[in-house]
Amino acid sequence: MEFLVSASESLVKSPRWLKAHALAVFAFLYLPIAILILYSFNGQGVGGFPPRDLTVNWYRILFNDGPIWDSVLNSLIVALAAMLIALAFGIPAALALDRAQFPGKALFRRLVLLPLILPGIITGLSLLMLFRVAEVKLSLLTIVLGHGTALISVATTEVFAGLQKLSRAQEEASLDLGATYWQTFWRITVPNLKLSIIGAALLIFTLSMDEIAVSFFLIGRDNTLPLEIWGRLRRGITPEINAISTIIFLFSLIAIVVWYRLRTRAEATPEIGAELVE
Amino acid sequence: MFSRAYRTAVTVPPLAWVAVFLLVPYLLMFCYSFWSVSESQSIVHSWNLDNYHELLTKPVYWQTLLRSMWIAARVMFFSMLLGYPLAYFLSFHAGGRKDLYYQLVIIPLWVSYLVRAYAWKTILGTDGVLNTLLQYVHLTSHPLDFLLYSPFAVVLTLTHIYTPFTFLPIYASLEHIPRNLVEASHDLGATPAQTFWRVIFPLSIPGVLAGATFAFVLSLGDFLAPLLLGGPSGIMISNIVVSLFGAAYNWPLGAAISLCMLALVLALIFFSERLEKKWSFS
Repeated sequence: MEFLVSASESLVKSPRWLKAHALAVFAFLYLPIAILILYSFNGQGVGGFPPRDLTVNWYRILFNDGPIWDSVLNSLIVALAAMLIALAFGIPAALALDRAQFPGKALFRRLVLLPLILPGIITGLSLLMLFRVAEVKLSLLTIVLGHGTALISVATTEVFAGLQKLSRAQEEASLDLGATYWQTFWRITVPNLKLSIIGAALLIFTLSMDEIAVSFFLIGRDNTLPLEIWGRLRRGITPEINAISTIIFLFSLIAIVVWYRLRTRAEATPEIGAELVE
Repeated sequence: MFSRAYRTAVTVPPLAWVAVFLLVPYLLMFCYSFWSVSESQSIVHSWNLDNYHELLTKPVYWQTLLRSMWIAARVMFFSMLLGYPLAYFLSFHAGGRKDLYYQLVIIPLWVSYLVRAYAWKTILGTDGVLNTLLQYVHLTSHPLDFLLYSPFAVVLTLTHIYTPFTFLPIYASLEHIPRNLVEASHDLGATPAQTFWRVIFPLSIPGVLAGATFAFVLSLGDFLAPLLLGGPSGIMISNIVVSLFGAAYNWPLGAAISLCMLALVLALIFFSERLEKKWSFS
């Protein structure tokens, strides 16, 4: 098979326009990011060509900016809590979809996955009505509940995909050998799903850090970082926003590289206990 | 092999959570849309169809909805135009660099949505990067003011944001095409264009549909890009909803509009899934 694939790939020479198009799309995707980073070092502020007076002054101002760092801390707390909720309910949901039959399963699947494709405004507003009726005061907690609920969908899809690839033989063996369901879950199921779970956790964390459409409606007194940035944007453009965005972009890049390394390494090692079953 | 207790333990907690935080809120939205607001700014729980009547009779609502759909359709078209050939290039012509290119498409997704919209604002503004560049090289003598605060700016920004989203399902469906089908088509004498249109493209339609739905639905419900870059002519339906829930304080009417959006979105997802099933090959 291998030689056929390479034969077919060399058979169809890639047309020049296709390469040019790909290059243009990449330029389009990266141009705003490049400009964002470049102007975080621009002494004259945002905009104005060519950039002049390169400086790290905006970063200095940023590091002394209390409200921004408060909002960063809030966002980290929200993301962590939302991640725990999404995993705590998303992993069982994936197991339920994979292994249990119950009335309303199709509806349940739809409902869980809906926030993935629904515009955030609908999720945000419907929760706002819930909190209004239940007389819950808006705060970081309501944002956590909103993010957690919306991101269960991510945990469920990722873990469900992992379960589909998993053979049940190991779990069966574990149960046959007298382990309880609880032991089997922690010693066999979770370790074998480790990659899907870590992937889901990273994804949920970053999505929550970045989320604004749902938070927009559930915000109390304390801002998350995107809402803090939003508030400042309404007052005017400041290079501080470029600076904080650049820093967050760097952290995201590191997270991607770490995740990529983890995955390639894990793919090289076999499933836990696989040798016992075979 | 799984006992009843196990199945209950994995089923009941997520079911309960989803019921409380998704099902009940949607039902509440449904209820709200039949209520009204009294003179004293409190919600009156009397059931009537006034909100829906207002939606149908006041042109501003359905005109804005149509404009939003038009903006969303353009975003869908352009992200397809950018995303499809890119996915095709990666899947069939990138060779050993496939993984690297793939990561390169994903990375912009990790830059905050808000920050990317903001970046376009700094590019397109009257004192922005593009205008000052054009004047610097003496292509223009005055700043072009149609760039920012226009539907154009909204379409451009949303296309930038949703191109990777459309790319992903298309790429996945292209990767699933068995390569020996392509090989067979060549062997039987088809030209590359014939192979593409008769073999590859039909097999990628499920991915195209999923990507198109993503781009259309998510940009239809967007309210931040229009607020930031749209100006008065770029107002979208969600902006009306936001103001009804805020300063205008008419939650019931806002709920009615949201519910119409929800119905529209669900209908779109339903049809796109039906089509996907029809075109998916197994």
